[in-house]
Amino acid sequence: MSLDYLWTGFAVALTPGNLLFALAGCFLGTLIGALPAIGPINGIALMLPIAYTMKLPPESCMILLAAIYYGAEYGGRISSILINVPGDAGAVMTAVDGYPLARQGRGAEALTMSALSSFVGGILAVIGLTFFAPLLGLFAVKFGPAEYVALMVFAFATLASMVGAEPVKTIIGCLIGLLLTTIGLDPTSGAYRFTFDQPEMHDGLEFIIIVIGLFSISEILLMLEHKITGTLKPIPIGKGFPSWSDIKACWWPTIRSSVSGFIIGVLPGTGASVASAVAYTTEKRLLDKGTFGKGDMRGLAAPEAANNAAAGGAFVPMLTLGVPGSGTTAVMLGALLLYNITPGPQLFTEKPEIAGGLIASMYIGNIMLLIMNIPMVRIFVKMLQVPSTWLIPTILLLSILGVYTAYSSVMSVLLMIGIGVFGWALRKLGFDMAPIILGFVLGKVLETNLRNALALSGGEISILFQSTISNMFWAMAVLIVLIPWWLSRRAK
Amino acid sequence: MLGRLAGAVVAACSILLGASPTLAKPDKTECIVGAKPGGGFDLTCRLLGGTLQAANLIDRPMSYTYMEGGVGATAYNHIIGTRPGDPGAIVAVSTGSALLLAQKKFGAHDENAVRWVGALGAEFGSVIVAPDSPHKTLKDLVEGIKANPSEFSVAGGGAVGSQDWMKAALIFRAAGQDPKKMRYIALEGGGPVVTNILGGHVKIGSSDIAEFLPHHKSGKVRVLAVMSSERLTGDAKDIPTAKEQGYDILWTVWRGLYIGPKVSDADYNWWVEIVEKLSKTPEFRKEQESRGLYPFPSFGKTFADHVKADVARFKVLAQEAGLIK
Repeated sequence: MSLDYLWTGFAVALTPGNLLFALAGCFLGTLIGALPAIGPINGIALMLPIAYTMKLPPESCMILLAAIYYGAEYGGRISSILINVPGDAGAVMTAVDGYPLARQGRGAEALTMSALSSFVGGILAVIGLTFFAPLLGLFAVKFGPAEYVALMVFAFATLASMVGAEPVKTIIGCLIGLLLTTIGLDPTSGAYRFTFDQPEMHDGLEFIIIVIGLFSISEILLMLEHKITGTLKPIPIGKGFPSWSDIKACWWPTIRSSVSGFIIGVLPGTGASVASAVAYTTEKRLLDKGTFGKGDMRGLAAPEAANNAAAGGAFVPMLTLGVPGSGTTAVMLGALLLYNITPGPQLFTEKPEIAGGLIASMYIGNIMLLIMNIPMVRIFVKMLQVPSTWLIPTILLLSILGVYTAYSSVMSVLLMIGIGVFGWALRKLGFDMAPIILGFVLGKVLETNLRNALALSGGEISILFQSTISNMFWAMAVLIVLIPWWLSRRAK
Repeated sequence: MLGRLAGAVVAACSILLGASPTLAKPDKTECIVGAKPGGGFDLTCRLLGGTLQAANLIDRPMSYTYMEGGVGATAYNHIIGTRPGDPGAIVAVSTGSALLLAQKKFGAHDENAVRWVGALGAEFGSVIVAPDSPHKTLKDLVEGIKANPSEFSVAGGGAVGSQDWMKAALIFRAAGQDPKKMRYIALEGGGPVVTNILGGHVKIGSSDIAEFLPHHKSGKVRVLAVMSSERLTGDAKDIPTAKEQGYDILWTVWRGLYIGPKVSDADYNWWVEIVEKLSKTPEFRKEQESRGLYPFPSFGKTFADHVKADVARFKVLAQEAGLIK
């Protein structure tokens, strides 16, 4: 296997412009991660139309967006540790041991340790991505329509059984996404569906409009509902560096969680939040002698390594199969499609500047993040105290500007606001937004491939079960639904 | 500001001097891309804007507007409905748009609703099989399809009724088969077509020659025919046409331009002349070639007639294939 694409990639990633984009992305990502109001998916959704309107070349756009994504996985821990409010979904488990540590006056140690384990998780995932993605790329040629159908069913099964506390709501969310994706050109027959004879609707709902509506506008509405109560009060960081015995104790939990996080990241449909939950519960089961939850460094290191590793792993199926590994990579896939680039096995050989440039920039970005998150962490703690009276108008302005400049139509802005209100209502009812966006993206892949598979076989459904690859995914889909159910039964 | 002033002065002078009674030069030019950046329409607009500027045929850089929707349908309706008389707004168009016009998927208007300016170049349809396929020529393939049509699954970069589907349908028709019964899978663009041939999921791939040529050279796929009327030049010179193999299968993907229906004759003539003049400059030829386009000289009335003839031909094809009634 040749790593030529990576060397091409470093040449791309090391140009001054792209270094600057990586740096800007890492900074914004850490900030977005640290601010409890917005997570990586909102950050990327806000930046995408801006990057696109600035006419950034696709590789620079991807470098910027990816840096926001993995940067947010670093930043999320800051508010988890210091104010016990997770900065993003991947950092929920970080608060469990991180906040007690901060209250014990070991905030500085906790921030440094978690930055180190984030770095290990991040770097291991990029190494995994470097070698694993082109390998999977070679294998991806074997994926025909039938194999994609099985893979999509597996993705939806993973989503339903692992994401969110209420599987029924996850499934309903997916179905809403599936419904939205049917608007526009029928990918197989070329007929127009639900377009009401409006040419603007022929290509379906615009991805950016849906993402910004669902994530940013609904978030703003949620924030407006709460009384503005001044600023957040983080616990003072203090001073100190983790002791050598702490670092030694965290070594294996960090490595184990990085590996499991990467694998969970690669699975389509799941991302950082599932990875960090799995890592935390695994380490608790293996190591806990009553210290977990009361400020154990290992309970802090494990989820932080896992969420960073998962962010890297999620790029594997996105780049090689065009199937996003998480909600955030679904948005990044949308970004590639905006540039008319279809990800797939050829991405590594034909557009090495994009695949390679992205991966190379992740090595550089993780080093930048380590520097930002240890010596410079106090800057972000200061920025945590930005009052929401500033934050909300900024997000709203960026959302409207982004959508308007990308489509130059007032209709798009109104549609975005409408979708935002719809998203807000769903969130009030306890729905998660990620399944909707995954349903929207994966739904088109599922539909096209199912119909293509049936067109190939002349309507014979047996084509879906003919290859080893498809049967493997069918088996995994069944297992991933049954295993949690069986585990919970056994636990009773 | 200075540029605008200069433009106004130039415009004023040309009116005062009455330099050319039948030609008017629009003060500012805008090329409308009926799709996302990066596609064929974008290529057309950038080829036009870049070479016009380089040849000093326009005073100010051309601006580009992206108006995505229905392979140019949004832009078509926008020009007719909102800016029918704007002399500076020119729109990119291709065979794909003509195909949709023929299938009445372009909104309420037909092919007579705009003024067709000219073509900037063309690509040609092409068909591939796997390198280890027993079918070495188009004749082999057609004979194979005749004997066992359901064995020959096709992949193309578009839905049923799209250009890639039509190209495959022409081959099936040559084999005496009903295109409606073709086992066809719809993919997004030419890249996945090659991937599906490599993976052995389909027997035939249908797209454009530019998409297939690099893979043909590296031996990953075998191009059986190019659907042009004459042999192509350059890298594709060794690939036989369908015509020389005895089949009347032609698929030209022209890339051209139109303007609004109420633009004055003077402005229309200016555009036609300028595009024709431009296409004869060596710089344009070079830019055209670097974008994988072959020369396709067709301007003004000739081009309008060509578009209308294509639409008529596509109507017949679509009717035969049961796509329209």
